Amino acid sequence: METLMSILIGVLFTIGTYLILTKSLIRIILGTSIISHGVHLLILTMGGLKSGGPPLLGIDTTTFTDALPQALILTAIVINFATTALFLVLSYRAYQELGTDNTAEMRGDENE
Amino acid sequence: MNNLVIMPIIVPLIIGLVMVIFRQKILFHKILSVFTLIATGVISGFLIYQVKYNGIQTLQLGGWEAPFGVSMVADMFSGLLLLTTSIVGLLCLVFAFGSIGEDRERHYFYPLFLFLITGVNGSFLTGDVFNLFVCFEVMLISSYALITLGGEKKQLRESIKYVLINLLASFLFLAAVAYLYSVTGTINMAHLAERVGEVGQSGIITAVAMMFLFVFSLKAGLFLFFWLPGSYSAPPTAVAAIFAALLTKVGIYAIFRFFTLIFYHQPEVTHLIIGIMAAITMLLGAIGAIAFNDIKKILTYNVIVGVGFILAGLATYTHEGLTGSIYYLIHDMVIKAVIFLIGGVIIALVGTSKLNDISGLIKTHPYLGWMFFIVALSIAGIPPLSGFIGKVYITEGTFAVGYYWLGAIGLITSLMVLFSVMKIFMNSFWGETILSEDMEKSSTKGVMFPIVTLVLLTIGLGLGAEGLYDYVNIAVESLMNPSSYIEAVLLGYSD
Repeated sequence: METLMSILIGVLFTIGTYLILTKSLIRIILGTSIISHGVHLLILTMGGLKSGGPPLLGIDTTTFTDALPQALILTAIVINFATTALFLVLSYRAYQELGTDNTAEMRGDENE
Repeated sequence: MNNLVIMPIIVPLIIGLVMVIFRQKILFHKILSVFTLIATGVISGFLIYQVKYNGIQTLQLGGWEAPFGVSMVADMFSGLLLLTTSIVGLLCLVFAFGSIGEDRERHYFYPLFLFLITGVNGSFLTGDVFNLFVCFEVMLISSYALITLGGEKKQLRESIKYVLINLLASFLFLAAVAYLYSVTGTINMAHLAERVGEVGQSGIITAVAMMFLFVFSLKAGLFLFFWLPGSYSAPPTAVAAIFAALLTKVGIYAIFRFFTLIFYHQPEVTHLIIGIMAAITMLLGAIGAIAFNDIKKILTYNVIVGVGFILAGLATYTHEGLTGSIYYLIHDMVIKAVIFLIGGVIIALVGTSKLNDISGLIKTHPYLGWMFFIVALSIAGIPPLSGFIGKVYITEGTFAVGYYWLGAIGLITSLMVLFSVMKIFMNSFWGETILSEDMEKSSTKGVMFPIVTLVLLTIGLGLGAEGLYDYVNIAVESLMNPSSYIEAVLLGYSD
């Protein structure tokens, strides 16, 4: 299962990198979003996939899953949600102001 | 357990939130933000006092003992940086009162400023790797908002690059945390240090360390600084000054913390790489500073040289080198803020940042000119000023471990930096006065107080270096002996 997850994470990183290297702003943002999913899966996989019962301790529990990676992912997802929202608004505003969403045309003018 | 440790984080956070509610009361915002920064300054001063007499202060949040809960740790190193942050932040804030403009003030400038300080203070105080990521994000999201606030074309264009590069760095940070967790099974820094110390720094841990170095280098502008000159020249002066003074320093702090507390077992690999990166950073930064004829560009490249120089001290991993780094770090926070403020005032007066179009300001603004001169000397490290003592110690450290090339590059780039700032001084203050007082685009009224205070501070730090030595020495002692940090956080807990 871990091997399968690793391959999936690799695929997500590849697609994300490809999208970030394109010139359209919206694709770049989608690329960051896909990479973030890859990272979240990576945290989950690195903590060890499900190996026991639910992450609850009781008197008669002998096996339980590590709950920490899930807590980390939850925080990371919230933060990523906020930054993606901000990035989308920012790119929309930039599109309005600069009149283009092509990063090649966004290059600065030396004399301003 | 000491509840004071978390105060520098929650005071600006809560007051910032209160300010968001009262959006239109600008005067209220100003008074509250000054009060907040004075409060964090006093608290960090008190923390320094406690660390000096009672050792490292910790707080286990929610009463969950380390390594199970989130720990906050204040040692002398973070205490000194906290105090400097409060002072520099306060002065940049006072500068913003007279220069930022009502439009930005109405759009949450002061709350965002306080949230930025929250993130910076949090990064200095946290004792948990994942919490460090969260504090980084608090700081970065505020900086995204501050860099775009105003919505000028240049700001939007530069901020897209800034946001993208920082998002990527954050993802890699998370990936590195994931790898570290899978290898060691903990994210508490003290616990990490203990476990890495016990099993030894194997190849895979060194590889994870390199990943962390990559992430923090992106944030600090060490070698991977290609995003920095554009981003730091886009926002208004007060924001650019606080960015130059604080944001790269947080990355530097993280590199220091990780490579003195956790990954210090193979300095011949990790610290040598830091040294090589620092050398390249200094060279490229100095070349950039000389090459451009634009005040903003010269100043941003100076930030890069400073980063390289501070990390050269860490690369030596000696007592002298680290002492120099801490002195230079404090000096650099003060000096980068003041030189960005003076540069911003010059640009505001003349209306352009091109050196060829500026001349003869010394006649109309003698004080500004002489203060710029003092700051320029201090950046280059001329003796009575604050840059000198750090440079001496760092150079001593590099020679002590035989990194002569690193010391030499540090000294050569100091000369190049002196040349670059003198170029600004000579071009803009000497020569024929082409701008009479009534032709100026703005006045220096209301912005001189923070500049004068910061200049006095750099003189004071230089003359009072002896008095500061006690504190810097305690900071270096605890950095060089990670066991004191581990002991204070884990309180004898072991696996």
